[in-house]
Amino acid sequence: MAPDGNMTNGFKVVGTRPKRPDGIDKVTGRAKFGADATAPGMLHASIVRSPHAHAKILKIDTSKAEALKGVKAVVTRADFAEGLTGENWNILENVMASDTALYDGHAVAAVAATTALGARDAAKLIEVEYELLPHVTDVDKAMADDAPVIRAGAADKSVPEGLHPNVVRYHESGHGDVDKGFSEADLVVEDSFKTEATHQGYIEPHACLAQLGSDGKGEVWCCTQGHFNVQKVCAALVGTDSSQIRVTPSEIGGGFGGKTVVFIEPVALALSRKANRPVKLVMSRSEVFRATGPTASTSIDIKIGMTREGKITAAQGVFRLQGGAFPGAPMEFTAMCAFAPYSLENVHQVGYDVMSNRPKQAAYRAPGSPMAAFAVESVIDELCNKLDLDSIEVRLKNASKEGTKASYGPKFERIGLVETLEAAKAHPHLTSPLAEGQGRGVSCGFWFNHGGETAVSLALSEDGTVAISVGTPDIGGSRASMAQMAAEELGIPYESIRTTVADTATLGYNEISHGSRVTYASGLATIKAARDAVKKLCGRAAAKWGIDEDAVVWEDGCAKPSGPNAGDFEPLPLAKIARSMGRTGGPIVGHYEATPEGAGVSFATHIVDAEVDKETGQTKIVRYTVVQDAGKAIHPTYVEGQFQGGAAQGIGWALNEEYIYGEDGRLQNSGFLDYRIPVASDLPMIDTVIVEVPNPGHPYGVRGVGETSICPPLAAIANAVSNAAGVRLTELPMSPPRILAALDAQANG
Amino acid sequence: MDYHTPGSFEDAAAIAAKAEGVTRFLAGGTDVLVQLRADMVTPDVLIDIKQIAGVKDIAREEGGWRIGAAVSGAEMTEHNELDQEWPGVVEAMDLIGSTQIQGRATLVGNLCNGSPAADSVPALVAAGASVSVVGKSGTRKMPVEDIPAGPGKTNLEKGDVVSAVHLPARGDNAGDAYLRFIPRTEMDIAVVGCAVNLRLDGGKVIEARVSLGAVAPTVLLVEDAAQAIVGTSLDEAALEALAAAASSACNPIDDKRGTIAFRTHVAGVLAKRAAKIAYERAGGAK
Ligand SMILES: Cc1cc2nc3c(=O)[nH]c(=O)nc-3n(C[C@H](O)[C@H](O)[C@H](O)COP(=O)(O)OP(=O)(O)OC[C@H]3O[C@@H](n4cnc5c(N)ncnc54)[C@H](O)[C@@H]3O)c2cc1C
Repeated sequence: MAPDGNMTNGFKVVGTRPKRPDGIDKVTGRAKFGADATAPGMLHASIVRSPHAHAKILKIDTSKAEALKGVKAVVTRADFAEGLTGENWNILENVMASDTALYDGHAVAAVAATTALGARDAAKLIEVEYELLPHVTDVDKAMADDAPVIRAGAADKSVPEGLHPNVVRYHESGHGDVDKGFSEADLVVEDSFKTEATHQGYIEPHACLAQLGSDGKGEVWCCTQGHFNVQKVCAALVGTDSSQIRVTPSEIGGGFGGKTVVFIEPVALALSRKANRPVKLVMSRSEVFRATGPTASTSIDIKIGMTREGKITAAQGVFRLQGGAFPGAPMEFTAMCAFAPYSLENVHQVGYDVMSNRPKQAAYRAPGSPMAAFAVESVIDELCNKLDLDSIEVRLKNASKEGTKASYGPKFERIGLVETLEAAKAHPHLTSPLAEGQGRGVSCGFWFNHGGETAVSLALSEDGTVAISVGTPDIGGSRASMAQMAAEELGIPYESIRTTVADTATLGYNEISHGSRVTYASGLATIKAARDAVKKLCGRAAAKWGIDEDAVVWEDGCAKPSGPNAGDFEPLPLAKIARSMGRTGGPIVGHYEATPEGAGVSFATHIVDAEVDKETGQTKIVRYTVVQDAGKAIHPTYVEGQFQGGAAQGIGWALNEEYIYGEDGRLQNSGFLDYRIPVASDLPMIDTVIVEVPNPGHPYGVRGVGETSICPPLAAIANAVSNAAGVRLTELPMSPPRILAALDAQANG
Repeated sequence: MDYHTPGSFEDAAAIAAKAEGVTRFLAGGTDVLVQLRADMVTPDVLIDIKQIAGVKDIAREEGGWRIGAAVSGAEMTEHNELDQEWPGVVEAMDLIGSTQIQGRATLVGNLCNGSPAADSVPALVAAGASVSVVGKSGTRKMPVEDIPAGPGKTNLEKGDVVSAVHLPARGDNAGDAYLRFIPRTEMDIAVVGCAVNLRLDGGKVIEARVSLGAVAPTVLLVEDAAQAIVGTSLDEAALEALAAAASSACNPIDDKRGTIAFRTHVAGVLAKRAAKIAYERAGGAK
């Protein structure tokens, strides 16, 4: 194998299913999560939050709280950095309101006390005087002429004139001539869709322990998907230098995009600076719902034209996303992903980023894409039904392939959509009979995947074992995958390698664990770091043998002469070289730093059977199959886990999860009792098929898998439910009252 | 917070009568402790009734049953005789929460917490159950349907404590059933609950009680619904009349858990389904 070469077969460790290294810790409860950190003299903090959707903050009186026994510090906006601009200003405004509370749950003050109960009591003593302002929480209403303005001047240059000031960003893309395309169609179907905001629903609430001295030096222990980002944001918000804040990530009890954002760490730091004591801050579940990012809610119009033979002649979509009281709803992703599975001559998409009085949206697995797929794939299903065409064949006929000009611009490289459709077609699920009251739905889905700044180091120990340091928190079993890739390169056992998620002082900047990037980017960096170490190992062997470095190769964990001409020497195993490394040139460490840009896009096809009780509107998912292109599955069990997890979260989003706001703009269901994520008994066993079409941008062909899996479920389930109920459902969640109402409306003409 | 562990219901009642501020009895604590932790209700006085003799007993009484105030759901489910005679009451209690909750939660707590959606309450009402209340002027019996006064409120007076639940003698050819509607399969609150208890004679319904939960401020005992099936062999027409009577008795609210239209409609659907199950349990062939 060439040192920089790609390899797609002949693996020894990659593709096997070794035990996860953090398994024992997790099942015995030894693993340390965000709230498990303690420090001597530690204080507990509590945040005061606005009960109003939109209100001017007239006055904050902290005197009573400060007088309470045990209270050591109170902070308000005045205790954070001034003069911030751009996204840092937005983050600070969200972390601690300045003069206006923008949503129910918006932080307005915080207190630290010697006990958690004391902090809670003190928070109740902080008196905030509000002047109520009109509010809006619905995306369509927030765009209407009479909507209250959330923040004047928040719109950027992309927004055309004449739109409401709540529309803060605008996107338009596509190619061809859609009018011409629609005129060539035998049937054009147009429909409008809405999806509610859903929360990532991670089981571990945000938690941190922070310390900041008057010298500006700080320590943060927290639960996050990206500690380097926490470092950067905290430094800006409390006004110190990045390098003075060291952040150590804890184990993470779920993130799904929701822990790519900073909410509480700067507050704990500001309190700590004031109290001169370490401060622990743990969110309650209700705070998580009210004040951390759910995904955006959407309002979508789709129009697609098709010939009698099933060829799509034109497609167009309008995507309006509400992302809370700040810019940033991922409407361009929604627009760009919507038609990506299809090779289209005429396609046009428009996106609106709309502000409303809701919490600032945060990424949630493939941000923006699942909602687009829901709308687009529902219309395709409707076209297939009306034209009496097979839903898989139609998708195959229009599928994007290598060389297709994507709906969002570039030409696709090697991709695996057709392979997922073929695998779905061959799967017994697709031809299994349906019982009375059941319906079947299929859908495709697409996600870009991401590379991003990455640094990895790989150090040899004297005994021949290896420590890998990565800077991407392990949110899906990546410590195992990294060890597998290093084992593959080094030719040593998986068990001889330990992967650690290192703190911000140990490695160069690592982007957040997001964009399905970790197995791709940290994996690539691990492979390259291992190859760097191998080069050094070969160098030591060459020196020992007195031959040229180029005359040494690495095979099966040993340095060997490259051939008879190089000389006749006993192979030198890694352990042997490592044992003497102190005497032969010092520690051997391989490392790699780069911003890899070859993340391969990925596609999936899902098949779902749903059963609808037409008397009560209740839906049961009876069978579910995920087919997805993983490029190369390093640890197939974790890939399957990602597939199943995406489907499970999609089932919740499609059927019952939703942010419910009252007339007063307050969130009505800020707990798991009424925010209904599926429980285990709600789900069938989710079947998985891993398709492997190698990504040319990764040495082993890896594509990210964590996000694509949540793109098709909303649509596939909506198609199954609509086919079972005999009526098209266009609004999510498809809760029992909504299904009954749709059946009623149909019955009453 | 003052915490008491009285040795008798008389002592418990006396402590409650004298208590100042927010007072709560502690049975299983699955409402009380959750409300405390969620910062919703912090009692000033907490009176634990679990030290009182006999509170964990399920005993025969006048051909029926006496169920102590601290008997948990799991203990009821494991009691074969009770389950054979009152499967509707047992299944209603068994629907509450998870395995962990089942080890603690009680009928009395479910009733006295005052939730209109409490699962065991419609089943108790349909069964014709009553409770013993120990208060200032001694012990009195009250029908279960007389306890709830509205969401979070009961007709118990300050100083009243419930000591036991009484189920009447089952008698022959009778059966009961409880169904609830929740959007998920478990761990949820009833959007509608319905219990039916009936007795047959030669395939004909001769006695019936129909009760609805979560469709009004308190549990409903729906006489019209019972009358719709008495004298019938639960044919289609009787079932439709039952559904119509159940639906028209509803006086629900629109909230995050369901709409008025939805609750009203589903009350009828559940009434039909529960009646069919009770009918079969009573020995009627369907
Ligand atoms: C996870 C979870 C799931 C749940 N699921 C359900 C469900 O599916 N269906 C449902 O109906 N409920 C559910 N509940 C609510 C709760 O479990 C039930 O209401 C339970 O029956 C309460 O019984 P307890 O013994 O725990 O009551 P406690 O919490 O001990 O007491 C509840 C109330 O009753 C009063 N009380 C207790 N004993 C007496 C007495 N002897 N005399 C007078 N008043 C008394 C108390 O003062 C308090 O107000 C759930 C709760 C949790 C935490």
